Amino acid sequence: MHRFANPTRFVALVRAVQPWAAGIALVTLAAGLWFSLIASPADYQQGETVRIMYVHVPAAWMAMFCYSSMAGASAVTLVWRHAVAHVVARATAPIGASFTFLALATGSLWGKPMWGTWWVWDARLTSVLILLFLYLGYMAIENAFDDRARGSRAAAILAIVGAVNVPIIKFSVDWWNTLHQPASVVRLDGPAIHPSMLTPLVLMAVGYTALYLWILALRVRADINMSKVRALTLRGA
Amino acid sequence: MNSFSALIARDLRLACRQASDSLTVLAFFILVTVLFPLAVGPEPGILARIGAGVVWVAALLAAMLSMDRMFQSDYDDGTLELLVAAPIPLEIVVLAKASAHWLTTGVPLIAAAPLMGVLLNLEPEGYGALLLALALGTPSLSLIGAVGAALILGSRRGGALLSLLILPLFVPVLIFGVAAVEASLTDVSARPQLLILAALALAALALTPWPAAAALRQAVE
Repeated sequence: MHRFANPTRFVALVRAVQPWAAGIALVTLAAGLWFSLIASPADYQQGETVRIMYVHVPAAWMAMFCYSSMAGASAVTLVWRHAVAHVVARATAPIGASFTFLALATGSLWGKPMWGTWWVWDARLTSVLILLFLYLGYMAIENAFDDRARGSRAAAILAIVGAVNVPIIKFSVDWWNTLHQPASVVRLDGPAIHPSMLTPLVLMAVGYTALYLWILALRVRADINMSKVRALTLRGA
Repeated sequence: MNSFSALIARDLRLACRQASDSLTVLAFFILVTVLFPLAVGPEPGILARIGAGVVWVAALLAAMLSMDRMFQSDYDDGTLELLVAAPIPLEIVVLAKASAHWLTTGVPLIAAAPLMGVLLNLEPEGYGALLLALALGTPSLSLIGAVGAALILGSRRGGALLSLLILPLFVPVLIFGVAAVEASLTDVSARPQLLILAALALAALALTPWPAAAALRQAVE
């Protein structure tokens, strides 16, 4: 890990990962969308609206995955004063916020025909909404200081504090009686979902993860380049 | 322990000399509560239904209003740097500051809450649960708020930023605080909700001093 605290070395790693992430994202998203929109059966209860699920569920997973990565990278920032970990956390925040918004928006679109309402205040929906606010708070405090290093550290502490919400989201459907259905893929007794629906779901999940890595690579490189530009401008001035 | 009580005593003395600060928070609490009957209409049934929630939301906002000042004046005049350098753990300083905030904000809010219950036509059975819930819930607010107050030191937009950081973290306290009153109004025991509030307060007591102290350290660095 400390080997990659050097931005140049880290950028070399990111450059190596980026084309792979881009390729995997494009292939799996194309295949996943084909399977989920065309080549999978409609649900016997939900009809065609079940196809929203293939966009919604992986987005919700990514929302939590991005937050966990952000909190993990923030912990590395604070503990080891790692120079690049915070760049990763900072670059992750808007991506995670977008996935969270996507999960909320698609869930709402699915909820209208299925539950008869755009929104209910059950534990799962509320905790995911709070996750969105945590992302927004992170981005706000990141930019609230004239000294960028201070913003980084304050945001890192906030990200770690907000991590308490992640297990609450995961277990909200078990702890409370929610309208949102409980877990049906990641379960101790194996997935309770038919393979014809699991295939597109897994493809989409892999595609989203690769997409995240791709955008992350772009954002990290842009962020490091911006720091270089800023340093050069300061030296020139 | 001596330095802990000395810090609380200092903050209380400062609060007494600037009594208008605490009174402003209390007045804000009362005014926000009064706005609701004017906004949703004075019908007693509706007010009784939403009363507990209104008192809790007003208490949350009032507690937050005074929160950004928890460390701000110490940060501005350099006291904070001395506290960081002092031979007591910074986590204890945070606990003392949060306790002082609770004593100067939480306690007046609890004391004013029964009056708000009368204005909102709260059923008599609800008062006990409301007071207990506030007594168990407001310490969590002060403790969680300490983290936010420490994080925003020296930032460009303090108050608005603080609400964005802290209000999402207040949500569990709000949910169980209101649920306790609702339970007692429907003749169900409010005990589970009150126990959860107590658990939240204990968790906040154990966990929040660490990030708050970390935030203070990096603020004076």
